[in-house]
Amino acid sequence: MDIVVMSRVLFGSSMGFHIIYATIGVGLPIMIILAEIMYWIKKDKDYALMARRWTKGFAILLAVSIASGTIVAVLLSLLFPNFMEIVGQVISLPFQLEIFAFLIEAVFMSIYLYAADRLPQGLRVLSIFFVAMGATASAILITDVHAWMNTPAGFEMTESGAIINVNVMEAFFNPSFVVTAIHVTLSAYMTVAFLVASIAAIRLMKRHISNEERAYHKKALMISLYLGAAMSLGTAINGHETAQMLHEQNPRKLAAAEGLFETTTYAPLSVGGYTSLEDGRVKYAIEIPYALSFLAGDRFDTEVIGLNEFPEELWPPLYVHILFNVMVGIGTLLIALSFLALFWKVVLKKDFPGWMLGLLVVGGPLSVIAIEAGWCFSCIGRQPWTITDVLPTADAATKSSSVSILLFTFLTLYVVLLFVTGFVMRYYFKRNPVEKDLAAQ
Amino acid sequence: MEASTLAITILWSLLFIYAMLGSLDFGAGFWGMIYGKDDRTNAGQIANRFLSPTWEVTNVFFVIFVVALVSFFPFATTMLSSLLLVPVGLGLLLLTIRTTFMVFANHANRYQNILRITSGITGLIIPALLVSMLPITLGGFVEFVDDYPQLLYGKLLAHPTLYMHIAFGLTTELFISAVFLMDYSKEAEDWSAYHTYRKHALWLGPISIAIAMLTIGTMPEEASWIVDNIEANPVWFGLSVAFFILGYASLYIKSKHGRKGLARLAMTFIIIQYGIAIYAYGLAHLPYLIYPDLTIADSFTDPSIFYKLLVVYAAGFAILVPAFILFWRLFLKDQRYLKQQ
Ligand code: HDD
Ligand code: HEM
Ligand code: HEM
Repeated sequence: MDIVVMSRVLFGSSMGFHIIYATIGVGLPIMIILAEIMYWIKKDKDYALMARRWTKGFAILLAVSIASGTIVAVLLSLLFPNFMEIVGQVISLPFQLEIFAFLIEAVFMSIYLYAADRLPQGLRVLSIFFVAMGATASAILITDVHAWMNTPAGFEMTESGAIINVNVMEAFFNPSFVVTAIHVTLSAYMTVAFLVASIAAIRLMKRHISNEERAYHKKALMISLYLGAAMSLGTAINGHETAQMLHEQNPRKLAAAEGLFETTTYAPLSVGGYTSLEDGRVKYAIEIPYALSFLAGDRFDTEVIGLNEFPEELWPPLYVHILFNVMVGIGTLLIALSFLALFWKVVLKKDFPGWMLGLLVVGGPLSVIAIEAGWCFSCIGRQPWTITDVLPTADAATKSSSVSILLFTFLTLYVVLLFVTGFVMRYYFKRNPVEKDLAAQ
Repeated sequence: MEASTLAITILWSLLFIYAMLGSLDFGAGFWGMIYGKDDRTNAGQIANRFLSPTWEVTNVFFVIFVVALVSFFPFATTMLSSLLLVPVGLGLLLLTIRTTFMVFANHANRYQNILRITSGITGLIIPALLVSMLPITLGGFVEFVDDYPQLLYGKLLAHPTLYMHIAFGLTTELFISAVFLMDYSKEAEDWSAYHTYRKHALWLGPISIAIAMLTIGTMPEEASWIVDNIEANPVWFGLSVAFFILGYASLYIKSKHGRKGLARLAMTFIIIQYGIAIYAYGLAHLPYLIYPDLTIADSFTDPSIFYKLLVVYAAGFAILVPAFILFWRLFLKDQRYLKQQ
């Protein structure tokens, strides 16, 4: 493999690893706050227990998200030094701010974890609130850098490659920042809601559990369904705006996402299938007439630009169509699932049938897959650029041949850590089952 | 002051903070391993109790350092990253193993032992890797191939100065952490741990100073510039030794309860000592980041951007100070936390 490819694989897989834990780190504090609030309102001890148990899980996962985050932060400079040289001059502000967000999160997390029993209730809720703020803020700030890579702003580049006329604020509020930040935040909350729902559903599918335990898991399931339904709907509505942003800012990426070669009005939306270069169209797809034009501009006669307007060497890999479809498909499915489940329970007032619990079990993992697909779409869809139309990936990467050593050691580390975290979570929660905690109340 | 001088001073201060916090953190991991199973003293427990809430804050300072480096000196990234790819990469790998296993250990009691050993051993190797980067910056270990800097691994690994730097880093780490944990045990009124750490501070102190001096003698020929600069600055290094002597002497002074050692005073002197030494060393290192190819002036960002970033730092730390005070009171002062079983 050549050095540039190895750097890309190493960085991409490190991010793919970090994002699993990072997403949970962003979303879980919100669930904990909800449980604390429910406890405050209803005075039902089950909710206090929920908050405590989720916090334990959070503490285990947090270690991995901090460690992997430290890895990606340093790898970024090690693997893409020429990229970071420009970042350092133009968009270092979010990185700086992010650190303070981390510090706030770290300090209050320690307080919430190790000093909760010494704090009054109000201060306890306040500290978990700061944890949530810190985590969400850090996600938004790092997303800002990513958004700036997609839609760079706030500087000019001379012929010789020097950076001049830097405008920090313009770079910070680059054209895709706000819409992307909202998308990332909502999708993280949504993912954690579905993950918690998965766990509750697994427990509820067991036959021999006590009534207390069943009641406990139902409460957890309801919190996560409400949050999941709201957030998945929000993610989709905002995803629509994100697609419109692409239509305006980076039509090449939207064309690749949809496998559209010819510029057209009344463009159809291709769902599924794969983009075939030879045929110049998406094969085996279901076509929804006019839908792409409507998605891009809210009107059926919107003109959508096709790939043929661009030289072929500037096309991203065509398989991004699949990644995009996976994300949107899962998003649509989970909206349907969560609303159906709520309708069943709240309106029809019936118990969840087994098949529905089964679907909810897969909802969490699907949501994580959507996150991975979305990020990979966004980063791979930017190729061959690291900073769109400014810095080609081949020029951004390091030339040091030692990357190969790191690639294989880090990939091994990630696989091992995935297993070990799974093992430790299982071990801990097997040792401390809900029944035991419920009995101790 | 020149903007770039101010920037390197801030960066250097962050390094100083990280060196202190890192010494405590990694050192505590090592002591936790040594005394974890020893029933005669609570030294292991004390080390772990300190470690649980603090490692995150320490880690953040590492990230701050990296981010500040890239944003103050963006033109240094290309050279630094190509030289330091492997040592930093391995450091990250070990840091990850350490962080995750340390937290896992708190949740899986049966595996305490193997996890404690991991934390102890990485507590030695990581600082060793970090200090091994110092000699690289001094000259003699870098070669340009097609305009691209390469680290001469063979030469570095065969050179005694590398091993002296490592010995210096490790003895210093253990000395600082022993003095600090002595003070921490005193706060917890745990006298068995107190005496254990005092005992170690007594022998580690003189050794660390002796090794520090010997290290200067092992520097390669290409690094003679920094030796000259150090020798041109006798006042600062003299002051540093003076504070060491004051700190060391405080370990012998009897407190009013008749116990030997004024831990808080000793720690204060030792921190001042390392502060002076680190700044004096930094001064001698100027104007180079990497001798002779990279100076701070060449790598510095646009000064107007730098001043904007400075405002952000000031505001950020102002907000954080109250949080740190709360943190301090809860974990380093609160008797209910310090004395729990
Ligand atoms: C649970 C996860 C999830 C779900 C269900 C969705 N998304 Fe998404 N999407 C993401 C998670 C995500 C993400 C991982 O968070 C991305 C990657 C980069 C980013 O900014 O957000 C993303 C990026 C992303 C982009 C690319 C932005 C860019 O490259 O600049 C578009 C156009 C959409 N999304 C659109 C949608 C639409 C129309 C959805 C309809 C349901 C949708 N997303 C659901
Ligand atoms: C959008 C994707 C990302 C999200 C949602 C995210 C979120 C998180 C979260 C929740 C944590 C744990 C925070 C803590 O408790 O301290 C974390 C840690 C970290 N992340 Fe990410 N992150 C993302 C991408 C990145 C990227 C691209 C970088 C590198 C440039 C990065 C750098 C870090 C660092 C350095 C840490 C450790 C901070 C510490 O020492 O506490 N993250 N991230
Ligand atoms: C959090 C989830 C993320 C995932 C799963 C992800 C995935 C990837 C993948 C697969 C690549 C390789 C693309 C290719 O070369 O074909 C890549 C490249 C890259 N990503 Fe992301 N990414 C994520 C977030 C981010 C963020 C938040 C940033 C910016 C702060 C970022 C910056 C980069 C950079 C600099 C590269 C290398 C240069 C390039 O290939 O363009 N990524 N990422």
